[in-house]
Amino acid sequence: MAEGSLVAGTVGAPAVEKEAVFGFTRAQATAFLVLVAFVVVSPFFLYPVFLMKVLCFGLFACAFNLLIGYVGLLSFGHAAYFGMGAYVTGYAAKAWGVPPEFAILMGGATGALLGLPFGWLAIRRAGIYFAMITLALAQMVYFFALQAPFTGGEDGIQAIPRGTLFGVFDLTSDFTMYWLVAAVFLAGFLLIHRIVHSPFGQVMKAIRDNEPRATSLGYRADDYKLMAFVLSATLAGIAGGTKALVFNIATLTDVHWAMSGEVVLMSLVGGLGTVFGPVVGAAVIITMQNYLAEFGAWVLVIQGGIFIACVLAFRRGVVGEIGHALKVKL
Amino acid sequence: MSVNRRTLLGAAATAPVWGALPYRSARAQAANTIRIGVLNDQSALYRDISGPGSTQCVEMAVKESGITQSGINVEVVQADHQNKPDVGSTVARQWFDRDGVDVIVDVPTSSVALAVNTLTRERNKVFLNSGAATSDLTGSACSPNTIHWTYDTYMLANGTGGAMVRAGGNTWFFITADYAFGHALERDTTAFVTAAGGRVLGGVRTPFPGTTDFSSFLQQAQRSRARVIGLANAGGDTINSIKQAAEFRITRGGTKLAGLLVFITDVHSLGLEVAQGLVLTETFYWDLNDRTRAFTQRLGNMPGGLRPSMVQAGCYSAVLHYLKAVKEMGAAAAKASGAEAVAKMKAMPADDDAFGQGTIRADGRKIHPAYLFEVKQPSESKGAWDYYKLVATIPADEAFRPLAQGGCSLVRS
Amino acid sequence: MLEDLLFNLQLVALGISNGAFYAMLSLGLAVIFGMLNVINFAHGAQFMMGAFVAWLLLTQLGIGYWPSLLLSPLIVGLVGVAMERLMIARLYKLDHLYGLLLTFGCALVIEGLFRNIFGSSGQRYSAPREFQALDLEFGDFFMPGYRVWVLIAGTTICIATWLVIEKTKVGSYLRAAVERPQLVQAFGINVPLMMTLTYGAGVALAALAGVLAAPVYSVHPAMGANFIITVFAVVVIGGMGSILGAIVTGFLLGFVQGVTDVVYSEASQTVVFVIMAIVLLTRPAGLFGRA
Repeated sequence: MAEGSLVAGTVGAPAVEKEAVFGFTRAQATAFLVLVAFVVVSPFFLYPVFLMKVLCFGLFACAFNLLIGYVGLLSFGHAAYFGMGAYVTGYAAKAWGVPPEFAILMGGATGALLGLPFGWLAIRRAGIYFAMITLALAQMVYFFALQAPFTGGEDGIQAIPRGTLFGVFDLTSDFTMYWLVAAVFLAGFLLIHRIVHSPFGQVMKAIRDNEPRATSLGYRADDYKLMAFVLSATLAGIAGGTKALVFNIATLTDVHWAMSGEVVLMSLVGGLGTVFGPVVGAAVIITMQNYLAEFGAWVLVIQGGIFIACVLAFRRGVVGEIGHALKVKL
Repeated sequence: MSVNRRTLLGAAATAPVWGALPYRSARAQAANTIRIGVLNDQSALYRDISGPGSTQCVEMAVKESGITQSGINVEVVQADHQNKPDVGSTVARQWFDRDGVDVIVDVPTSSVALAVNTLTRERNKVFLNSGAATSDLTGSACSPNTIHWTYDTYMLANGTGGAMVRAGGNTWFFITADYAFGHALERDTTAFVTAAGGRVLGGVRTPFPGTTDFSSFLQQAQRSRARVIGLANAGGDTINSIKQAAEFRITRGGTKLAGLLVFITDVHSLGLEVAQGLVLTETFYWDLNDRTRAFTQRLGNMPGGLRPSMVQAGCYSAVLHYLKAVKEMGAAAAKASGAEAVAKMKAMPADDDAFGQGTIRADGRKIHPAYLFEVKQPSESKGAWDYYKLVATIPADEAFRPLAQGGCSLVRS
Repeated sequence: MLEDLLFNLQLVALGISNGAFYAMLSLGLAVIFGMLNVINFAHGAQFMMGAFVAWLLLTQLGIGYWPSLLLSPLIVGLVGVAMERLMIARLYKLDHLYGLLLTFGCALVIEGLFRNIFGSSGQRYSAPREFQALDLEFGDFFMPGYRVWVLIAGTTICIATWLVIEKTKVGSYLRAAVERPQLVQAFGINVPLMMTLTYGAGVALAALAGVLAAPVYSVHPAMGANFIITVFAVVVIGGMGSILGAIVTGFLLGFVQGVTDVVYSEASQTVVFVIMAIVLLTRPAGLFGRA
């Protein structure tokens, strides 16, 4: 098993670990309960807008992590799906008055539609090439977003209404909005977990660990990679759409390559290939950005420094290190 | 069970990070303290035209307003929006919701400015924009809580387009950055050029971002034999265009370059050797008259040895006027309703050293004269930062978009 | 007619002269990748450093363009050597993606530092007057001497690098070390040292391109970031690890962009990415790459 993949339930994992509910090991189940408790309790103590940002990016990072952690492909262009998801959700909610639940789903569909051709192109290569190709393709999406009339160019789509959920809950209140975001996040998180532990997920991991062998067993590796890619893009689109509703804006920042870099950083800080790492990484990076707003020009230097430190000394990430210390997979 | 407890401990290890982000700030919000948030670019493209220099200008305005003598405290905070709308709107939300900020100043980058504009209206605070170019702030997006202080795209197009034709530059060719901002600048300027009796001979759209070599486009422009090459772009694109125009001697046959969004810091970085002959419009120049010179003198040393840009001067002027209104209506009333404070500002005539006398219109547009400048030749420049000569003054009542044309909802009511 | 021809010729010549920058940058990337298996994301930042060091040498020490052409690549190359020794060398045993992430972090730090110190307005750096002797001018056709020089210098540097790698003994060690590092090490060649020097040389190439670019573009902390994504696409098109491929593709894409500038200017950035997509569909390994 490759270094950095600390997920339970992989092919040949000890039977003991499979006992726990829903594919979680006991440690993971505990950590998941802590996460749920945190999601439920925190808005009473912490600023809900900040928490919503963490959850949106947490889901985005989980989607990215699905690709690197379980398929072994590092995408450097995930901003494309996140950003276009945000645009479409925002446009649907603002121009067509689509209710929020459908607007967010449309964001996910956008991610899927974009992920399909891009994935089909990119999975022809692996490793570094894959990273560079996804980066270049995402750059094309950026150019498109800059030009297309519906995105509002560099002004972006502004004043996106949050709308009324199921025609009942008015989302203008940050508190009500928070519960929607929390639900989307937890649903996305569990979906990823479910998929990873399905037979489909097992094949994905088999391909990651030994592609020729999986092929010889009759699995069409490219089909599986493409499905994983599309899935990851879909969830990124959902995360982007949710973010657009939270902040009422969808702009070029969301499709810029720096955003692709940011989600890599979040997953890296939290722990590549861990279940909970991306969420923790997102929380750490967003908290940091909050404080760095006052430091101005040092943002780039500090972010770069964290990248370097993580790669050189801290490759397991926060969650990976904790899991390693406790000898459990988180 | 031990695993369980240790996992919890592990999660708790990250808790200190969270502890500092309470829902509501413990900070006492004294009724007689006005908090001003300077939100701008401290790290990238617009750092030099806004950045720490804007904060310096705001602090000077606070000092010169004499507001502390009337028993009102003023605190200035600043943050970097990194030109990202979501960073900008997060900071603005936290300032309004938790930190008791009453007024946000500056905010270059149109996307961030529009986001802050919406938010300020929702929270009924005050937004004094100096840095952003979009004329939507006083048009379709106008708000009773916002004043757009220094400049906008309409005024730039009007100044450079219209005044330039009247000064003899009657045939134009555009080099346009291929995105909404560039297209809008080109469209508006074309309208003024044709209205003033000029003609547009052609144009070329350059990919944005990423174009670094404009020489091919400049040569296409030169070949059109237009007298004026309009640069409907901004920032690095404009700088590279001007630099390469000098390299290819585009202006040797008497062709003029007209920058539609150029700041004095751009001219400074290009140097007179390269920028000479460039025509541009600004609403403030440090060496314009005795009052602007006095303002610059009082401001003293600025970061990086720069002189104030019109955006920074606008921050000074806007905050000075705001505090004047606060002094009249009292801090408590000004804090209670941003719209009331802005209404008070609109009711009072503005006057300061940077922009002279001016007024604020119903749509939130600050009105003052604009100036068409030409960049001096190196031989004409007498000292540091002696860069511009005045070509034409566009009077205050002609410089900005007429009230009725903006489509602002506040005007009809 | 003749005038039209000259005009178009001039634009194409400009495109190729820009291609020289692509060629030099993708060449450096290819050399580093071939030897170290690292995609050097900091390449753009090192290109920018090259330009900045030339500017600093001029403004702080009064050292002009010609010495800078040598000094700046040397200084930046040494910084590269330090980066390799202190950081990159620790990652050789790991997944190559870590190298990409590390150099991405380095790029952010370098760009951030330069922004903090020198602001973001850009600095001016002028070409020496003597280049005006090279100015080519017939009627409307005008090619500044400096662009002619960029074309000559760029081509020379690329060919020289290629010759060193293909035809000299050092080059043959290098190629051998890429194929079979253990075997070469067994022959008594210091492979780690070779890797360090290769990285330094690749970085120096980027810096040299930076000095050449300084008079053309404004010397600006983000000047490399503008370039690097396009250069990545160039590298994918050419195929990684092929020295000749990197050079030829660089010039070729400069030419294609030059033509697009005239025919349909809106697409002159996107054209590179479109070509990349086509190449990936038809030859996934790149035009010159080995599958």
